[in-house]
Amino acid sequence: MSVLSLQSVSLAFPVDRDSRRTRLVLDGITLHLASDEFIAVIGRSGSGKTSLLNLAAGFLKPTSGRISVDGEDIGGPGADRAVVFQDDALYPWLNARDNVAFPLKLRGVAKQERRRRAGELLAKVGLESAGDKNIWELSGGMRQRVGIARALASEPRFLLLDEPLGALDALTRARLQQFLLNVWSESRTGALLITHSIEEAMLLATRVVVLAPNPGRIVADIPAGFGRQLLAGKPLQEIKDSPEYRRLHDGLTGLIHTDSEEAA
Amino acid sequence: MSIDAGTIAPAAPVGPEAAQPETVQAKRSHGTLPISLATIAAIVAGWSLASAYGIVSPLFLPSPLTVLKAIYNVAINGFVDSTLAQHTLASLLRIFAALAASVAIGIPAGLAIGTSRIGKGILDPVVEFLRPLPPLAYLPLIIIWIGIGEASKITVIALAMLPPIILSTAAGVKSAPADFTNAARSFGAGRLQILLHVILPGAIPSILTGTRIALGAGWSTLVAAELVAASQGLGFMIQSAAQFLVTDIVIAGIIVIAAIAFLLEILARLLERWFVPWAAHR
Repeated sequence: MSVLSLQSVSLAFPVDRDSRRTRLVLDGITLHLASDEFIAVIGRSGSGKTSLLNLAAGFLKPTSGRISVDGEDIGGPGADRAVVFQDDALYPWLNARDNVAFPLKLRGVAKQERRRRAGELLAKVGLESAGDKNIWELSGGMRQRVGIARALASEPRFLLLDEPLGALDALTRARLQQFLLNVWSESRTGALLITHSIEEAMLLATRVVVLAPNPGRIVADIPAGFGRQLLAGKPLQEIKDSPEYRRLHDGLTGLIHTDSEEAA
Repeated sequence: MSIDAGTIAPAAPVGPEAAQPETVQAKRSHGTLPISLATIAAIVAGWSLASAYGIVSPLFLPSPLTVLKAIYNVAINGFVDSTLAQHTLASLLRIFAALAASVAIGIPAGLAIGTSRIGKGILDPVVEFLRPLPPLAYLPLIIIWIGIGEASKITVIALAMLPPIILSTAAGVKSAPADFTNAARSFGAGRLQILLHVILPGAIPSILTGTRIALGAGWSTLVAAELVAASQGLGFMIQSAAQFLVTDIVIAGIIVIAAIAFLLEILARLLERWFVPWAAHR
């Protein structure tokens, strides 16, 4: 089992281009993601959620602190941590299948094998017949599924999900939440999900981490078991009606709410 | 969502919504076609009347029919030792040789400007020096350096084509969303892989636009380049005809150049539609 670790990680950005003054975006973040966990990070805009993901992905370098996988410092982005983006970031010059096969192409996998594995992954995300489709012919929900299949193609140890369902309509979003949960439980990769939605965080994650802004810091790290209940086949409405669900929902809402009053 | 975006912010189409204003524009350009045809007809009619009633001397303005005859005559019998096809071929060969050279140099140069600080530092002043210069200004220098042969003509045309190709390549590189390169990096791509599989394909629509602009610049330089020691070419044909005051052939040459430029433009647009159909959907 692998562990992605952030240890006392801080991140500061320059206030503007010419000045030496900096603004602290994240302060003293310590977070360990094991490969059987699903961590959801919630927090208001400006709490540094996306910066946290960009650090874990290696797109940003921490100002201080360590980021490591199994004790080894990450030098930058790597195939062990695949990212799914909010704006899908699929390549429009490739069709759906070639987008999924892209990470395999980078690794020099032969064309026949690439096609076969991409086909399998597309089937896994329920898009087996969409392989030859152009990206712009796909709906937002389908695009995100292609994006997830592409991330899985690089056989990562961790999936980093940057609000992948943020731009979808409510119905598609609900369907894809269930889908994401299934993908995670089958692929046995650790997942780090950035989201605005308390409900989404609670239904998917095994742990919900709350970030408070100015500077971004962890104010709560709460275990949640609703995703596993959902996977075990418990009806969604029953879960949402349960007292534990309501209690956690109220608690998390309170945490984020208090925080916004503080800022105002 | 697309309807919302369309009604709230029609000025800034993004993603799939970009298709919407395009179709609107297509309708509009179809709507102007009869007007444009009427304008052309009016110009030809005015031209016919002017020459028929002797308002302008035929020496300065031969009638449209005379010009048509001149085109036919040059096509069959030729002018200054070559037929129209030979003149056209000579010009096209120069244009395409120059295009090949400027693409071969311009795309790597544009990639260097767009992707590297050092590349930008080195090449920016060179491009900015070259870009505003009229080709006629450096033509004599090129002739001093490499003589009056074919090479100097192609060089001058290529130099005129180079800046648009370099700048459009660099612009295409910069217009790529950061997520495109970040995604590739998170799948383990190296620098060269990102350049070849992400940055270059992403820049191709912009490069094709630059090539179209470069072809325009190339045509306008062609005539100047063929003024010096050429024995074939549309520019040379016009220049020779002007010296003998054979105005009908001068006008014929101008019309042929315009027609070829028009056809090349259509060809470039078709290539764009074939090779980068996704550009319209960005």
